[in-house]
Amino acid sequence: MIYEVFRQERKGQPFAHAGSVEAPNDEFANWYGREEFGRRGESVALWVVPREAVQEISEFVDELKRNYHRVDGYPLKEKLKEARERAGTPRAR
Amino acid sequence: MTAQEQEFLDYVQSGGQVETSDWMPDDYRAKLIKFIEMHGNSELMGVLPEREWILRAPTLQRKLALTAKVQDEVGHSQLIYRVVEDLGKPREQCLEDLIAGKSKFHNVFHYPTKTWGDVGVIAWLVDAAAIISQKALLKCSYAPYARIMKKICWEESFHILHGRDVILTMMNGTDEQRELVQEALDRWWGPLMQFHGNPIPAEDDPMFIWRIKSQGNGEARQQFLDGYVPQIWELGLTVPDPKLGKNDNGVWEFSEPDWDELKHVVTGHGPRTQDRLGLRRTARDETTWVRRAVLAEAA
Amino acid sequence: MNAQELLELADDELILGWRNSEWTGIAPFLEEDVAFSSIAQNEIGHARALYQLAAEELGTTADELAFDRKPEEYKCSRFVELRLVPDWAKTIARHYLYEEADERRIKALMESHDSDVAGLAAKIDREEVYHRMHAQMWFDRLNDEPRFVEAVDELRPLVDERGEHTPEFAELWGEMTSVRRSIAGATW
Repeated sequence: MIYEVFRQERKGQPFAHAGSVEAPNDEFANWYGREEFGRRGESVALWVVPREAVQEISEFVDELKRNYHRVDGYPLKEKLKEARERAGTPRAR
Repeated sequence: MTAQEQEFLDYVQSGGQVETSDWMPDDYRAKLIKFIEMHGNSELMGVLPEREWILRAPTLQRKLALTAKVQDEVGHSQLIYRVVEDLGKPREQCLEDLIAGKSKFHNVFHYPTKTWGDVGVIAWLVDAAAIISQKALLKCSYAPYARIMKKICWEESFHILHGRDVILTMMNGTDEQRELVQEALDRWWGPLMQFHGNPIPAEDDPMFIWRIKSQGNGEARQQFLDGYVPQIWELGLTVPDPKLGKNDNGVWEFSEPDWDELKHVVTGHGPRTQDRLGLRRTARDETTWVRRAVLAEAA
Repeated sequence: MNAQELLELADDELILGWRNSEWTGIAPFLEEDVAFSSIAQNEIGHARALYQLAAEELGTTADELAFDRKPEEYKCSRFVELRLVPDWAKTIARHYLYEEADERRIKALMESHDSDVAGLAAKIDREEVYHRMHAQMWFDRLNDEPRFVEAVDELRPLVDERGEHTPEFAELWGEMTSVRRSIAGATW
């Protein structure tokens, strides 16, 4: 069975995928994950997960290009210029 | 090349990264497997010349450092074969092909080690030559491989430190110890110069075209010489090549390495090739029952 | 607890670590190769720490104790001297039996009046916890294999057999000290 290993470099850091090990069960996977990704003290913590428990999602549907999810959905520049002129506070060039 | 393959080529050539579940051209996948498999084979075969010296290490510290180095190399082969396996070739198949002589490994691991001087020279200079190639692989278009290279490079840097420590201790020791280092260097220089391979122009190298490698062979060799010849000379050691030197354009010149020897060795005719494959075969045969008992699916 | 008693434990750990390190690079599969190598390194690390403690009392160094005594001066058991590569069944059987016996020895040292010894024993014990887990894990996995059961039965009577060294030990000592003896007095 393949187990994926995620490691945390320092407290506060996110867990990042480090690689995988082959093991017959969780107990062996614990040993092998610990050894492969922690023997040189390079991680403060590890998550060891059977590969089949990991669901990969890499397709995201956005057919109608919803711009309110992106920065370009909020065109402020012109409106800000107009508002400053009305208030008599045009930005110094 | 189909339109889809061309699009893929443009993508990787402009720095695009490929993940395991992405579509890839058959040729890319095949070249990738072959290249990465050879790397895995090399790490595994590299263990054999060094492990003899674990048993003979002259201090407890050296024993521990050398065991840890060899352990790292086994660890690297584990990481590398996992990448190959996820590309479609099972690890057991890779190991069978290696032992049967159907796949290759780097020239340097076909040569004998004779003294403690070799231990130092290998850790310092062979690992240095390897780390130069490995740093270039950090930019490999195939992302899972590029990612494990980061860990591999980090661990290799300890190996070079260990190598330099061994060498410096000997160079500061007795005349006999200094002779051991020089003698080992004299024997390893040829293979070291062949290590990065014949200088094929990058545009003719499929590995470069697919951005599996991001550096030409000649360039890697120049980097090695630039980094390490000064380190060799500053210790009062000599390099057995009267032509070795940097020209006015900052390019290292040297006697043409023996490309015939390289070809002869990597096709399975090195001085220790058959012994070492034999050792792997025996160890593997004697432990087949263990793999069956523990990794049930594997043959 | 005097230096000589420490040497018995140190020599056992050194020679067992040596034998276990013979598997580095040729273990049954890669993940276990890495794991077993760490165990071997830990054992040698334990030996080193014990030698350092004994060395203080004896006025010498850990390396001198590890390498420079004559073969007959080592106090390791015949059990740890056995060369078991490439027999994984026997290797794990020895690993399991050794850890079982060693646990009693270390727990006794943790009660020592000598605070240095007790402190070191506690540190060693914290690492040995993992070795015992590893041995148990393999024991459970291989318990259905006849060859493993046979190996345990064959080796159990030999645990802690002390006395004259095996012929294998002379060979081991010769190889272990070959580089060190090649240039007398050199620093490596």
